[in-house]
Amino acid sequence: MQTIFKRPEALAVQPTHYCPGCTHGIAHRLIAEAIDELGLRERTVGIAPVGCSVLAFNYFNFDFQQASHGRAPAVATGIKRGRPDLVVFTYQGDGDLASIGMAEIIHAANRGEKFTVVFINNAIYGMTGGQMAPTTMPGQVTSTSPFGRKTDDVGFPIRMCELLSSLRTPAFIERVSLSSPKHIIRARKAILKAFRYQSEGRGFSFVECLSTCPTNWGVTPLKALEWLEEHMMPYYPVQNFKDFEPATPEGGKDAD
Amino acid sequence: MAKKNYLVTIDRNRCKGCELCVHACPKQVLAMSKDINEKGYFFATVVSQPDCIGCKFCGMSCPDSAIEVAALDEAEVAGGI
Repeated sequence: MQTIFKRPEALAVQPTHYCPGCTHGIAHRLIAEAIDELGLRERTVGIAPVGCSVLAFNYFNFDFQQASHGRAPAVATGIKRGRPDLVVFTYQGDGDLASIGMAEIIHAANRGEKFTVVFINNAIYGMTGGQMAPTTMPGQVTSTSPFGRKTDDVGFPIRMCELLSSLRTPAFIERVSLSSPKHIIRARKAILKAFRYQSEGRGFSFVECLSTCPTNWGVTPLKALEWLEEHMMPYYPVQNFKDFEPATPEGGKDAD
Repeated sequence: MAKKNYLVTIDRNRCKGCELCVHACPKQVLAMSKDINEKGYFFATVVSQPDCIGCKFCGMSCPDSAIEVAALDEAEVAGGI
């Protein structure tokens, strides 16, 4: 008997505290698979955000640090500059990265810090009770927009990948979805590539994962996946925005 | 060529009953149990093992890493696992 699929070594045995059907678990597993495949477990440091995944350090078998709300890229910058031999990644939600941590992420990306960001976009603040996030869809009902998000009042959802890909320094920017096995396979490849680029010292890599929040969206996990495909994926196109291929050995910092 | 056989194992006490694996399986190998596990969730179970084609979609879509998939050798199939 040959096992062809199992929990990766870098993922701890402890069951997660996430709600049933929450795609955080899938994203965790994809990261652990990438770390295992590249053999980086002994020198990886993850930065946990504030949000549902604040306790992510319980679920991985490598080192973790917890950052203040939105400041994970700043902490990662410190760790990566202090110990360039380590593989550093931040794991951030949309409330953490796109709202309070907007300044940190933009400047970390613009400086071309050589770490990886895994951005989980589920269009809502999950942990605090389903408030409106900058990524909430127009018309989406949340606890702070009970009549749906009004774009006259608060504007349209922020597309982080498009925003960051306008910068010149980042090496790799891709948006993936965790809605079906087909998209999960693509997500796995993107996360693997992001970590590979970092271990090769190529520069800032960013993977946005479209995710669900069945509890705060108020639907079943299956309906949540359908809602994600129907409403989020047309607005947040699943594609690669920036890919550094070996043009110059320095890593994305080529001269004109 | 003989059809390959696969064994899907679900850790019932890790399962949170989200049904994503049941939905992901292209061959309806999995279904939800009528019993509950120690957390109180209706867990996913294997109902038609021989139909499994080893695509691993169930394991990929499981957020709780509760599913393992193994490929069986011919001897093990004959011995009846």
